[in-house]
Amino acid sequence: MADTLKKTLDPQLNRRGFIKGCTMAAAALGLSETMVPKLVEAATSAQRPPVVWLHFQECTGCTETLLRASHPDLARLLLDVISLDYHETVMAAAGHQAEQLLHDTIKNHEGKFLLIVEGGIPLAEDGIYCKIAGKTAKDILAEVAPKSAAVIAIGACAAFGGIQAAKPNPTGAVGVRDLVTDKPVINISGCPFNPISLLGTILHYLTFNRLPELDSLGRPLFAYGRRIHDHCERRAHFDEGRFVEQFGDDFHKQGYCLYKVGCKGPETFANCPSVRFNNVDVWPVSVGHGCVGCTEPNFWDTMTPFYDRLPNVSIPATGIVEDADSVGRKVLGVTAAAIGIHAAVGVGKRLVKGKGKSEE
Amino acid sequence: MSERIVIDPVTRIEGHLKIEVEINNGVVTDAWSSGTLFRGIETILKGREPEEAWLLTQRLCGVCTYIHGVSSVRSVENALGLSVPQNARLVRNLLTGGLYVHDHPVHFYHLSALDWVDIVSALSASPAATESLAYSLSPNAPAIDFAATQVDLRSFVDSGKLGPFAGGYWGHSAYTLSPEENLLFAAHYLHALRQQVKAGRMHAIFGGKNPHVQSLRVGGVTCKDEITSSRISQFRNILNEMRHFIDTIYLPDVQHLATAYPDWAGIGGFKNYLAFGEFQMSDSDPGELFLPCGVIMNKNIDQIEDVMLGQINEHVQHSWYEGNTARYPQNGETVPNYTGYDTADRYSWLKAPRYNGQPMEVGPLARVLVAYGLGQPQVVAAVDQFLNAANLTIADMHSTMGRAAARAIETKVIADQMGAWLDQLKRGATAMVSTSIPATASGFGLNEAPRGALGHWINIEGGKIGNYQMVVPSTWNLGPRCASGDRGPVEEALIGTPVVDAEKPIEILRIVHSYDPCIACAVHVTDNDRDSHYIVKAV
Repeated sequence: MADTLKKTLDPQLNRRGFIKGCTMAAAALGLSETMVPKLVEAATSAQRPPVVWLHFQECTGCTETLLRASHPDLARLLLDVISLDYHETVMAAAGHQAEQLLHDTIKNHEGKFLLIVEGGIPLAEDGIYCKIAGKTAKDILAEVAPKSAAVIAIGACAAFGGIQAAKPNPTGAVGVRDLVTDKPVINISGCPFNPISLLGTILHYLTFNRLPELDSLGRPLFAYGRRIHDHCERRAHFDEGRFVEQFGDDFHKQGYCLYKVGCKGPETFANCPSVRFNNVDVWPVSVGHGCVGCTEPNFWDTMTPFYDRLPNVSIPATGIVEDADSVGRKVLGVTAAAIGIHAAVGVGKRLVKGKGKSEE
Repeated sequence: MSERIVIDPVTRIEGHLKIEVEINNGVVTDAWSSGTLFRGIETILKGREPEEAWLLTQRLCGVCTYIHGVSSVRSVENALGLSVPQNARLVRNLLTGGLYVHDHPVHFYHLSALDWVDIVSALSASPAATESLAYSLSPNAPAIDFAATQVDLRSFVDSGKLGPFAGGYWGHSAYTLSPEENLLFAAHYLHALRQQVKAGRMHAIFGGKNPHVQSLRVGGVTCKDEITSSRISQFRNILNEMRHFIDTIYLPDVQHLATAYPDWAGIGGFKNYLAFGEFQMSDSDPGELFLPCGVIMNKNIDQIEDVMLGQINEHVQHSWYEGNTARYPQNGETVPNYTGYDTADRYSWLKAPRYNGQPMEVGPLARVLVAYGLGQPQVVAAVDQFLNAANLTIADMHSTMGRAAARAIETKVIADQMGAWLDQLKRGATAMVSTSIPATASGFGLNEAPRGALGHWINIEGGKIGNYQMVVPSTWNLGPRCASGDRGPVEEALIGTPVVDAEKPIEILRIVHSYDPCIACAVHVTDNDRDSHYIVKAV
């Protein structure tokens, strides 16, 4: 099959692309290059494990992210790697034929299928805010999850409730881990997630028949084990005290550190700076915008206001926890007064206002 | 002879939608469209910073990613009386254009094509004959190995694991394409799956990632110094490849589908259209648009009226919200009140927007008909060329097939224009103006999502978001009945549709999919009273 496929889609490039994907995944997983053939073999074993992908309270951005994967792309993933038996956005079947497929898959592959959940689950008012085929999201999850082999909560919503769970959380939205306690639940967080993190997890599962090692928040360490700040290309500017003071200024033009205009890299764990997005070597910081902390729980509340800076960030080498304003003052001679920055506690009590009046 | 059938879930859409129809003697005589998801994003926006609203609103939808972000920054810019610098306007046009060039082909091939193309039939095609067919339809299309595609499909089917192709209405008499035509479309389905990956990269180049770009900012865009020769040429290479794809695969395929299913140029149409218009062409006049705004009533494209925002009201008589009063979005006062699904009473989380009391279709067909009626030269040329090639008339556009055609036509028109915006980018030029949020202000931001006219309204109170309202395309198209009991556009479009097999209502899916439903966007709540309490009755 792999041989015919390589002719169908991008002759030659396709197989090579897939090996490249496995190589990238091996690197992301921290595995030796000698493991690549094993990953390829596991991924193309023709077993194609059944996958059920459920949608609840979501924007379909994570499904779009799956569509945007390129090593392998979705065509190859579907034809060779997994059997995507239920996925409302791409499946041909509708209505009761779709319901039947879900029913058949969980019955025929009980304990064997991988469940991927996209979206939060509303619990308020007994779950009436999200219904599919007359059933609430929470009832569907309660029915399907116990019969799966493992659950992947994909994206910020399924992992931690997501945007609908932001204050005041009108629908009582929660993440999968709040509800599923009798199965392994792996959180691939992010808004949206990075495809390489899902691919790495699936390949790890197929190759070693177990899930990768997780952090305390249920996220695979291979993808969420490092702080963005610690492997950001603008880190040298931070260390030297060179900061963007406001968007559009000369320092912004110089590509200085975005910490003072709200970058949440110092408190966010993810692989964005290293694996980047869409195979064009970009991520938010590379286009002049700070990280918003989208891989962290409840970032819509804990990381906002997004354009205010985090307080009390430790300065490397000195080990001193120091205010970034004074760092900037020392190195660049920019005074806090001149740029109107005042340290005062903002919303959520975790943030310092990076702008505005001193009485704030 | 009367029976009711329900399709729930409607798949190959964004979000959660339920469609119920009443069928008499094999023809749809009544229809109800129900959005079954509610998230409450507008409530969440209250009290937050106006400048960061766009990051939240962009998460209304990951399919129409970016567009709710730019509507939001525009609403704040409007409240502040700001114009953005030229480079920001151009980057935004390129990002909006990139969205269309990505989204429309995905809708055609991956969300709607399986309503017309029988994948199983493709197994019995002659690859050589398919090759000839492909050449006759589009001699310059990239070569595709149809034999290999067929082998792939065969082994896929033989494995017994059909994945997303399982449970389709394969073999239904409504599939009338030849095996060769089916194989051609099946191969293009896979080809387009790969092509859309590349299209998404246009967004990433100036947006940092896709979906959900991260380079917008009230006052402009953040990616000023990333506008380099190498990034521009990288963008242009992808754009040119997409234009080739549109010209040699996407447009010819839609034209061919239109000729293969001529009846569908007479089924599933509607009559009233609304377009806000999009793609700002001037730094000084935000009203100068590449695709113009306008209103069409009763299919009369000879008389395009101006859009009067004050004519918009949202009805809730048949939606799960408190009260019965139709209100202008800015004065929306809505409290969720779930009362159970009852087609005789309330049956959807979507509200029912009306213009001058009338249901309006928004989206590609509305934009193309408005632009055609107003004589927009690129649109007129592309429409006439399409109609000529597909042997249709402009009157045939008011139909299910007309929507597919309009989508492809505007994709071409927009993609062909994007190169000019790339040419106008000035490296190193200012891309942002500084902003300061006042204590009190209000504004709105309009544009066109791929699915149709989109508006965001913001009230700033005490320097924070006091009230935030969104009226989105799928609410117009998929909303329920209004106070007077008039059906929404998709409900009305379904009336009179023949349904051959009630067990496999493929005809219903063709019409519903032609609207490209996006329900996560469409369902939302507005609430002016900070202290109000939601009263929700359990079923």
